[in-house]
Amino acid sequence: MAENGVTRRGVMRSGAGVVAAGTLAAPMVHAQGTGGTIRVAFWDHWVPGGNDALKQLSAKWGEQNRVNVQLDFINTTGNQLQLTAAAQAQSRQGHDAISLTPWDVGAYADQLEPVDDVIQRLVAKYGPINPIAEYLGKHGGKWRGVPATSGTQAKPACVRLDLLEQHAGIDVRAMWPAENKRGPNADQWTWDTFLKAAEACHKAGVPFGLPMGQFSDAVDWIGALFLSYGAQITDDKGNPTIRGNANLRQAVDYAVRLSKFLPGDVWAWDDASNNRALISGRSALVFNPPSAWAVAKRDAPQVAEKCWTVPMPAGPAGRFLAYLPYTTGIWAFGRNKNAAKQLLEFLGQRDSAELTTNTSGGYDIPPFASMADFKIWETQNPPTGTIFNYPLKDHHQAKYAVAYSPAPPELASQMYIQALNTKVIARVAQGGESLDSALGWLEREINNMRRG
Amino acid sequence: MALDATTATAGPAMAPARPGLTLQRFARRRSTIAFLMALPLITVIAGLVAWPAGYAIYLSTLNRRMTSFIGLGNFEILLDSETFLMVIWQSCFFAITAVVLKALLGFWLAHQLHHIPTKGQRIWRGLLLLPWVVPPALSTLGWWWMFDPSYSSLNWILNAIGAPSVPWLGEPWWARISVIIVNVWAGTPFFMIMYLAALKSVPDQLYEAAAIDGATGWQGLRYVTLPMMRNIISITVLFSLIVTFANYDIVRVLTNGGPRDLTHVFASYAFQVGVLAGNIPRGAAVSLFMFPLLAIVAFFVLRGVNQRSKEMA
Repeated sequence: MAENGVTRRGVMRSGAGVVAAGTLAAPMVHAQGTGGTIRVAFWDHWVPGGNDALKQLSAKWGEQNRVNVQLDFINTTGNQLQLTAAAQAQSRQGHDAISLTPWDVGAYADQLEPVDDVIQRLVAKYGPINPIAEYLGKHGGKWRGVPATSGTQAKPACVRLDLLEQHAGIDVRAMWPAENKRGPNADQWTWDTFLKAAEACHKAGVPFGLPMGQFSDAVDWIGALFLSYGAQITDDKGNPTIRGNANLRQAVDYAVRLSKFLPGDVWAWDDASNNRALISGRSALVFNPPSAWAVAKRDAPQVAEKCWTVPMPAGPAGRFLAYLPYTTGIWAFGRNKNAAKQLLEFLGQRDSAELTTNTSGGYDIPPFASMADFKIWETQNPPTGTIFNYPLKDHHQAKYAVAYSPAPPELASQMYIQALNTKVIARVAQGGESLDSALGWLEREINNMRRG
Repeated sequence: MALDATTATAGPAMAPARPGLTLQRFARRRSTIAFLMALPLITVIAGLVAWPAGYAIYLSTLNRRMTSFIGLGNFEILLDSETFLMVIWQSCFFAITAVVLKALLGFWLAHQLHHIPTKGQRIWRGLLLLPWVVPPALSTLGWWWMFDPSYSSLNWILNAIGAPSVPWLGEPWWARISVIIVNVWAGTPFFMIMYLAALKSVPDQLYEAAAIDGATGWQGLRYVTLPMMRNIISITVLFSLIVTFANYDIVRVLTNGGPRDLTHVFASYAFQVGVLAGNIPRGAAVSLFMFPLLAIVAFFVLRGVNQRSKEMA
């Protein structure tokens, strides 16, 4: 049978590839060229028109290099993008390159083409890539994807200026002005101050809108909180570091106390609940990319004009900012890997990254610290400069953070998806368990995940 | 005629068998024709049911990286997990409660419909079937809006009449109840229509005979209706039990398994572990966990149905 060229495996590969590739068929063919064709699946941007930059840039690159570029934009609603990556990895057929969610790079590392040459050239031009993008994109000493601008986001605090000043006496704009310097009281923007402000706003009927469920917004901000207390639940080998971990106990205890000043239903909030809380005017603070503010600008301008984005508060171990990067990987089984590398290198250039960020209204953050100075973050309004402090800048004296680092990615992805950090808090705060009991459960879950 | 159901053909009875004729005879056998006619269905079942099931079983025996065979290792690991033990309990609670409620409500609705004059019955039948016809993901989204943690329309109504808000999706028991409510709402029409068909097939003479013997309405139900509907009840309950155990969309849309995994069922947990967390073998093991038990239940239920059918014949 094998000699006939029709094998069971071949049929299955083709079938799965067709299904995966056909999920969102929006092919655009650019340039009648001699450099072949590449097919790339990018994340479908939340921001209306947010894909336009990638369309323009890919068309331009295709024309310059005589390569037909076919783009598909696949959204993450219903985990469509993750399912497509999983199907293509199984069938070893599909796009040449694909946007990968943070942990998928590690999951498919052995099926992704090393791109160290591309990274070296980009780093030589723009300086180092931030450590979290490196932690997620580099496996076995090799870069398995190019950290992307499109889709990469941070989750600082989007604060209602008026409400926080009125109820907690904090002027966050004075603390964190739209300039590359700290305000007079920026050092006081700590989790302790935050707790007092949360209590005051809760009493005033405008509680902070912080999700505590199992979706990524909740996992991300709790991850940054834990790190700012120096609380890691595993080491870089994946061994649990829970017993006798005073930092972890302190972080969980803090989160439990904070949860008392949040809306009672935060345990069931999804990634849109905090946005709605801000936009409806019922919340004084959320941790989110500027999409919540952008929707408020459209739907509730009276709310948007009072919003100001500031870094997350600092803890005993420093200030951390929740960060969720996308990486574009090139499948090892891709047919036109060289062209894909060239395209990704082109998209990583400063001009390309700036166009991408501008098109998304400032939502997208490039992986290079040297690109944290794009004009759009200064000019977006109302009020002018409202998202100046959205990307991490030197004067923030902070670090990007992803929940569960430094655990090995294959373990971290399981802990992330299963939201172990929010569940351990919920077991105490909502379930009434003792801290020891909840931490014991956490350790057993991690040990179980490591097996097999 | 031969016992192998070979059809009688015209022609010399004792003619020597020639290759062409043998092939012709083979093609005209009833069993061959039946097989050929069933072949498209067999192909569909083999491709869309048997092969994926076999592949899932194979996957469940691999390690996380799918590089080595670990036998039943994934099942052993799962049984050591408190979360998975909770998922087993919840799946059973969800499926059994929902199926019992659907069966009772469906039976009651079928009875009500059965007693409506035929002319008006059609519109009620159509209206009551609507929840079953609407795609579940879509209707569940509607329910989610009603249960929304912050902006629940149900709570708005409760508040309007002076009742306190209910944490539909935020509190574990309310979340479980919400999931069951939606499943019952969507699944009851299936029971109703099956039971209605069964009720219509019960001969009126049996009721007349029972009435002559002095049977009350309850006794008619107990000794005439239920025995006559026993097969359809068994098959409907079995079918619904299997489908409800495999339910995914309602939990996924309403709660995503939360709060604290307290509403996860096998399918939603399998998706989370297998696809989202990238541990496909363990996800396959989760999804296969109930397979042996449901297969045994199905075997006994169907055997009972066959026996009763033979007795009635």
